[in-house]
Amino acid sequence: MRTLDRKLLRDLRRIWAQALAIALVMASGVATFVLASGAYHSLDETRAAYYLRYRFAHVFAEVRRAPKAIVEQIETIPGVAAAEARITKLALLDVEGLAEPATGRAVSVPDLAAPRLNLLHLREGRLPERERTDEVTVNEAFAKAHGMAPGATFKALLNGKQRELKVVGVALSPEFIYALGPGDLMPDDRRFAVLWMSEKALAGLFDLDGAFNAVTLALLPGASEPEVLRQLDALLARYGGISAYARKDQLSHAFLDAELRQLDALRRVIPPIFLLVSAFLINITLSRMVALEREQIGLLKALGYGPLPIAAHYIKIVLAITAVGIAIGFLAGARLGQGLTWLYADFFHFPFLIFRHDADVYAIAGLVTVAAAVAGAVQAVRRVLALAPAVAMQPPAPPRYRRMLEGRLASVFPVSQLTVMALRHIARWPARAGATSLGIALAVGLLVTALQSFDSVELMVDVAFFRTERQQATLNFTDEKHPRALQAVEDMPGVLRAEPYRSVAVRLRNGQYARQLSIVGKPDPMDLSRVLDLDFKPITLPRAGLVINERVAQILRLRTGDVVEVEVLEGRRGVRLVPVTEVIRSYFGLTAYMHLDALDELMYGPRLTGVHIAYDAGRQGELFRAIKATPGIGSIALQRHALARFRETIAQNINYSVTIYVTLAVVIAFGVVYNSARIQLSEHARELASLRVLGFTRAEVSRVLFSELVLLTLVAIPVGWVIGYGFGWLLIQAFSSDLYRVPFVIERATYAKAALVVLLATAASALIVRRRVDRLDLVAVLKTRD
Amino acid sequence: MAEVIFEARNLTKTYRSGEVEVHALAGVDLELYAGELVVLLGPSGSGKSTLLNILGGLDHATSGTVRFRDQDLTALDDDGLTAYRRDHVGFVFQFYNLVPSLTARENVNLVTEIARAPLAAETALDLVGLSARMDHFPAQMSGGEQQRVAIARAIAKQPDVLLCDEPTGALDSRTGLRVLEALSQVNRELGTTTALITHNAAIKDMAHRVLMFGDGRITGTFVNATRKAPSEITW
Repeated sequence: MRTLDRKLLRDLRRIWAQALAIALVMASGVATFVLASGAYHSLDETRAAYYLRYRFAHVFAEVRRAPKAIVEQIETIPGVAAAEARITKLALLDVEGLAEPATGRAVSVPDLAAPRLNLLHLREGRLPERERTDEVTVNEAFAKAHGMAPGATFKALLNGKQRELKVVGVALSPEFIYALGPGDLMPDDRRFAVLWMSEKALAGLFDLDGAFNAVTLALLPGASEPEVLRQLDALLARYGGISAYARKDQLSHAFLDAELRQLDALRRVIPPIFLLVSAFLINITLSRMVALEREQIGLLKALGYGPLPIAAHYIKIVLAITAVGIAIGFLAGARLGQGLTWLYADFFHFPFLIFRHDADVYAIAGLVTVAAAVAGAVQAVRRVLALAPAVAMQPPAPPRYRRMLEGRLASVFPVSQLTVMALRHIARWPARAGATSLGIALAVGLLVTALQSFDSVELMVDVAFFRTERQQATLNFTDEKHPRALQAVEDMPGVLRAEPYRSVAVRLRNGQYARQLSIVGKPDPMDLSRVLDLDFKPITLPRAGLVINERVAQILRLRTGDVVEVEVLEGRRGVRLVPVTEVIRSYFGLTAYMHLDALDELMYGPRLTGVHIAYDAGRQGELFRAIKATPGIGSIALQRHALARFRETIAQNINYSVTIYVTLAVVIAFGVVYNSARIQLSEHARELASLRVLGFTRAEVSRVLFSELVLLTLVAIPVGWVIGYGFGWLLIQAFSSDLYRVPFVIERATYAKAALVVLLATAASALIVRRRVDRLDLVAVLKTRD
Repeated sequence: MAEVIFEARNLTKTYRSGEVEVHALAGVDLELYAGELVVLLGPSGSGKSTLLNILGGLDHATSGTVRFRDQDLTALDDDGLTAYRRDHVGFVFQFYNLVPSLTARENVNLVTEIARAPLAAETALDLVGLSARMDHFPAQMSGGEQQRVAIARAIAKQPDVLLCDEPTGALDSRTGLRVLEALSQVNRELGTTTALITHNAAIKDMAHRVLMFGDGRITGTFVNATRKAPSEITW
């Protein structure tokens, strides 16, 4: 056995380049799985531990004003472990060094007892002291963005009163892992702050003594969440409770969840592709090896080696290659996974990170890869076992070629004999040619899938920022205002146009399907913030009826013309039947629109929630100063800033993943083409050398090899486009959530780029093989029989 | 006197084979004349294949000169030698070296596509008696047939010289004779200068001239006063 093992080492040294190419394809699959699983488990675990240690609530509800006495009643709802009432309000902030107003979410912390739910992780300093209206603990992201430490100060407009707040602490909270300001599409740490303040102080500022406007609950294990929500809603309804929601609808949690789902999709979709390709590469390489060593195998059998040790010898070669692939995959996966986890940790805000290196992830990756490799080897090894020694020691039967491109066809398409050779090679080994093409096609598909995300984001940006939300800023009032507030906004310095809107919390119900969302009332005509139909054309809202986006239509199984039950959750509550007049396009959230007049009628009187504005950029400073001093404005969203943030954040995330995908695609294309070329060269070396003897130049001889590869690549490209389209579509489906949908669009340039990258990878691997064609030994080949 | 096609002077070739130096050619002088059929006779390892490879532009000499007409072959680089082979030389080898994925006709067309004044593939195959087997693949033909396809392929470009290295080496005597007949016919009808390597002494009788090889040198030369037709040769 020792001798065979020595042969094994020498064989591996001889085919090292091919073996490495295969190992890299395997490594890519293993690395992707380890990386995505690692990041997934690390984030999932980190989040779970964070939630547990810092007692993140299970249920959340907001009310207009409720007496603290009912907290005890809430706690008696079966399944509730703890309830904590609090005050949470929006505030406009004026921070030094920041021209535009920032938005703060003030959240109360209990004064007397320690907080029971949603505990803070203090990074620096302390919590505000009881009744100190000027002390605040801020979230770390905001503090970092402004270089704030305890002692720093900034101004805030709290319930119309300008206050100077002093930072006494910096903290993290499980409620704000993903900290999104109201009306924003992307977190902007500079412009959004969480302000933890003394409950007593906030109660005083907002006239909520002995009352609260928000409550969070922890549930007992096994509690029925829907039942708790139902009872809580019933209890809070008379205090202006809008609708309680569970953790899955909590904004920070939902965004983190969407991100985790993407990681999960990544580790499920990508690795199988690599396993498939590496199994194929193992198959063709080992088959060729066995064919070349046919006589040696016969000899070994004649010498008395049984079939099993011989088969084991070849399996060992495969296992050696697989071991290298798995090792590279483990290392790269662990490293990149940690990098990815840090990237996420940077984007989300965790007090700690738990890196999970689960043995089972590595074990699964390793075992599945070995299984795929062995599956790829089985056919070749079975051929070894089947050969009788006497047969094996004779040369194999010559390959049978099929006639093609002859007679009339040849006179119509005159092709050179070199091309005929290439075509017949393909026809002779159709399965191999097909698999080679498929391998290349998978690389193209991977590229299309990866590059497609840029197209989607561009479309999203175009639709969201240039065709729909065209306002420069959106002002949200602290509470509903009389329509004359519009005039006040129009009179602010620099305001060119102002467009009011009203947002009302409702529950839409269609039979068994129901969903809570906001109906937004908009005026006619809409010029700043518009509504687009399914063909991206702006529409005017009808005087009666409801317009919903595709996602809502899909969830509630509604179509144009259907009647939906609208349960109003604020003000004078009631249930009305409203017809759906149109289904429209929007990529963010669950949206429903009504004509402002129709909504006012539904709500028994006109009110405004906020105003979209366009302003003279030259007077921006003046305008911002005015806004910062206006008591009625609770928050401001700046669309231009949002766009910049959106681009920046998305670009960072996409660039990272696109780099990975492109690398993976190049590894596949290179691995497949290089191995195919090497095997063809091995099979046809003698023919090619004969051609050189006949006076064909190196370039002409290489053409036989390359026209086969080019043909297979050209066939692969359109197939790859289709695969890419399919993968892209599947991934986009996996990424859509109630929070946002990514539109599916692939530009022609994306197809072209994918094809180009693969053609370059093909050309590069072909050129490497070309050097071997150049070195063909003409004399030696003539002296030997096939 | 006929035109001198090849002229070699003091030709040597030394290989390194592992630790030992092999003197494959140890100073060869020779001339080949237009239209003659020369047999190079000698035991294996005597240097005749090495000489043929150098004459055919497949290998470089270590020292000495070879002229093909006015051209100094020893001065040509790889590209020059490729062009030389393409334009002037036809090869026939012991193991035929046909392209297995091309039919007989296509194997010949391979050469006619790049030749300056080729014969039609059909004419060349007809000349070696294979007009009935033109659309067969090499794997569907006997060894003798394959070798005759190789000859047709070699002559189709109307080469100035035909270099044959043991063309009957892998064949039984009856098929071997058919191949020799084909070569003789080409030499006679097309007037192609032909050099034929063999270690089979019987074949020397069909040559105009015989060069005897031993230890990398030409050990003797003689002219056949009366040549035998291949059909009269036996071994």
